[in-house]
Amino acid sequence: MSQVCDYQKLDEILEKHRYDSASIIAILQETQEEYHYLPREAFDYYAQKLKMPIAKIFSIATFYENFSLEPKGKYVIKVCDGTACHVRKSVPVLDRLRKELGLTAGKVTTDDQLFTVEIVSCLGACGLAPAITVNEKVIGLLTPDKAAEILAELKEGESHAKA
Amino acid sequence: MQKLKNREELQAKSRFYKETLEKQKVKILVCAGTACVASGALAIYDAFLKLLQEKNIDCQLTLDDEKEKESIGLKRSGCHGFCEMGPLVRIEPWGYLYVKVQPEDCEEIVDVTVLGGRCLDRLTYKTEDKAYKTQEEIPFYKRQHRMVLQNCGHIDANSLDEYLAIGGYRTLEKALFDMTPEDVLKEMDAANLRGRGGGGFPTARKWRQVKRQTAEKKYVVCNGDEGDPGAFMDRSIMESDPHRLLEGMMLAAYAVGSDEGYIYVRAEYPLAVTRLNRAIKQAEAMGILGDNILGTDFSFRIHINRGAGAFVCGEGSALTASIEGKRGFPRVKPPRTVEQGLFDKPTVLNNVETFANVPMIIENGGQWFRGIGTDNSPGTKAFALTGNIANTGLIEVPMGITLREIIYDIGGGMRGGAEFKAVQIGGPSGGCLTREHLDLPLDFDKLQSAGAMIGSGGLVVMDEHTCMVEVARFFMGFTQNESCGKCIPCREGTKRMLEILERIVAGQGELSDIDLLLELADTVSSAALCGLGKTAPSPILSTIKYFRDEYEAHIVDKKCPTKNCQKLKMIVIDPQLCKGCSKCTRVCPVSAISGKIKEPYVIDQTKCIKCGACIETCPFGAIKED
Ligand SMILES: Cc1cc2nc3c(=O)[nH]c(=O)nc-3n(C[C@H](O)[C@H](O)[C@H](O)COP(=O)(O)O)c2cc1C
Ligand code: SF4
Ligand code: SF4
Ligand code: FES
Ligand code: FES
Repeated sequence: MSQVCDYQKLDEILEKHRYDSASIIAILQETQEEYHYLPREAFDYYAQKLKMPIAKIFSIATFYENFSLEPKGKYVIKVCDGTACHVRKSVPVLDRLRKELGLTAGKVTTDDQLFTVEIVSCLGACGLAPAITVNEKVIGLLTPDKAAEILAELKEGESHAKA
Repeated sequence: MQKLKNREELQAKSRFYKETLEKQKVKILVCAGTACVASGALAIYDAFLKLLQEKNIDCQLTLDDEKEKESIGLKRSGCHGFCEMGPLVRIEPWGYLYVKVQPEDCEEIVDVTVLGGRCLDRLTYKTEDKAYKTQEEIPFYKRQHRMVLQNCGHIDANSLDEYLAIGGYRTLEKALFDMTPEDVLKEMDAANLRGRGGGGFPTARKWRQVKRQTAEKKYVVCNGDEGDPGAFMDRSIMESDPHRLLEGMMLAAYAVGSDEGYIYVRAEYPLAVTRLNRAIKQAEAMGILGDNILGTDFSFRIHINRGAGAFVCGEGSALTASIEGKRGFPRVKPPRTVEQGLFDKPTVLNNVETFANVPMIIENGGQWFRGIGTDNSPGTKAFALTGNIANTGLIEVPMGITLREIIYDIGGGMRGGAEFKAVQIGGPSGGCLTREHLDLPLDFDKLQSAGAMIGSGGLVVMDEHTCMVEVARFFMGFTQNESCGKCIPCREGTKRMLEILERIVAGQGELSDIDLLLELADTVSSAALCGLGKTAPSPILSTIKYFRDEYEAHIVDKKCPTKNCQKLKMIVIDPQLCKGCSKCTRVCPVSAISGKIKEPYVIDQTKCIKCGACIETCPFGAIKED
């Protein structure tokens, strides 16, 4: 297995939180920001360094919805299905994104690891409902067509990057 | 930055900033809240900056450098609550509000308004029959009473200097030097401020309970988890006026004798986290936060914890567990948070809006606060107005206002002229109010007796085209998904209730399902461990109470009266109009249409998936939704 983790980076994160096991959530959050998911190796490493059972770290990583044990795509698209977005037709936007990318409720990341589509409840941008985020960027007032355009642009950018 | 060592130094600083601010004869406030940033506000800020520099106009971005002469202030403010109209630009001293501004508009704004002092009518807010030059004239704002949100959109959201310039931290100074902790508590008693996080528990009583505990260490925790999906009052306060929140927490800490605080912010609010972190650093650098604040023996530190996507973490004991680095499971009470909260120490846990109310109460006195709102619910409440209403956004109104005033005067009535049907108040834990409640004064107790609650402040307006059974299903889907699974009534009960609702909207319900729902609702609300489970059945209970006929239509007639429920739709071919061209058979993805050329075709309802493809294809308009 190839090494995913840069242990120096993990050490930096631990250092920042003074090896305090009470900060485990923040430590995992920062790890996920680095890798876009929680690599398996990080669990072993943190368990050892923080002197806490690995099961406990797993239990936290699986309790909170934001943590992912699976690698996510380069572009993580979160579709808001909070009340405001739901009543302004967020579901057709979600359906369209999934259809364009061949994803379902069970399969959330494309095989080429480019896109992940998730559902969230409220991004706080309800005035622009329906809203989505692409990585951290909020985009509002979506329609299925607009969502498809956004995908097309991202894909286009990718093929340029490759060329 | 030198730390301020006493009250005189704070006063001198505030005076300095106030004078500098007063020299800004014109202020350009670009809204930089989450939504306006999404609509492109930062490009507008940059455009203004570039233009002012190009035109050699003396402009000021911070209050730090002293200006001899008059200048122009350019700032990034927080959310005005009118996000749909964004990006917004407000220009003072006139109070002009420009909506949907584009970078190309900036030059004209500078020439006409900033330099010329005239309103650029092209960019003002307009309704069908009227244009509004100033923000204050717009009906959406006119009927509001902005106290807690007073600074939102009106000050630089990144600047402690500006907060000081408009009198910020004056109340903290007053408390530290002129009041004992008991004096602070007495003002809070008199104010009768009730918690804005949903429960409406009297804040002063909570603080006194914590104060009474003998433990040396006490915590002050701010609940910024804002779980109600579709509500963003707390986001707006944290982003737009972070120092007001810090000041409120510090007053609580002083009153109860705490030296450490935490703010727990929802994961989806990165901008709020950034602004709060910055605000904390600024206050620490100035000696307003940290050890020996303003040279007194009061010390207080604040940490920020980010949530990780669990609605249940808004519940007090789950929230403190999460800060401690554990799974966010609620626990059995007692002991209560006030006795054994964070790290088992006595803890004041209040909502963002609750804390944001405190500085003005201490500043103006509890009696003054009592004069606003109603007898048992003084003050104002911020609501997030969404749904099928003309003006959506964040509003602040005195308690006791009626739904009618909110919907018609502030909200501008229903979107697209449809009939009003109901509002869902309090999100997934709340209930619905209908036409018969339009004149009910909204306060904690009146709503409770109507089977709803103020909740955190989500107000979803629904028109005649909304299916109430589907609404109940939507909220149950949310709570079921968020149930933490610790206790059986909630874990299993929400699942079963959701299954029943899914059955009903799919046309497979039975009449006995209604009674079953009511029975389950009763069990779950009385046996669940925490508030999530206890209130999960509320949307079901209130929709059955007011819209039982809709449930019955789905069950008995297998019809959705508002034609929302996909699975109950019937797609039929009108034999009178069908010319038998067979076009529709070619688009039907499931081959549900059959017939003979030149004779009317028919749809096999057992096969049809209601995709609607055939409707658009028929050249004679013979296919319709029934
Ligand atoms: C499931 C659940 C979720 C909650 N979510 C929030 C929330 O997001 N924000 C909040 O302030 N209070 C929330 N509460 C209420 C808190 O438990 C608590 O009552 C409140 O923060 C106390 O502050 P207050 O008295 O100032 O309202 C929630 C309660 C429950 C049971
Ligand atoms: S009521 Fe629901 S959310 Fe609360 S403890 Fe029980 S299972 Fe968890
Ligand atoms: S609605 Fe769709 S599935 Fe039904 S008959 Fe028409 S094309 Fe076929
Ligand atoms: S409900 Fe979608 S952003 Fe709030
Ligand atoms: S973010 Fe600009 S008005 Fe709300």
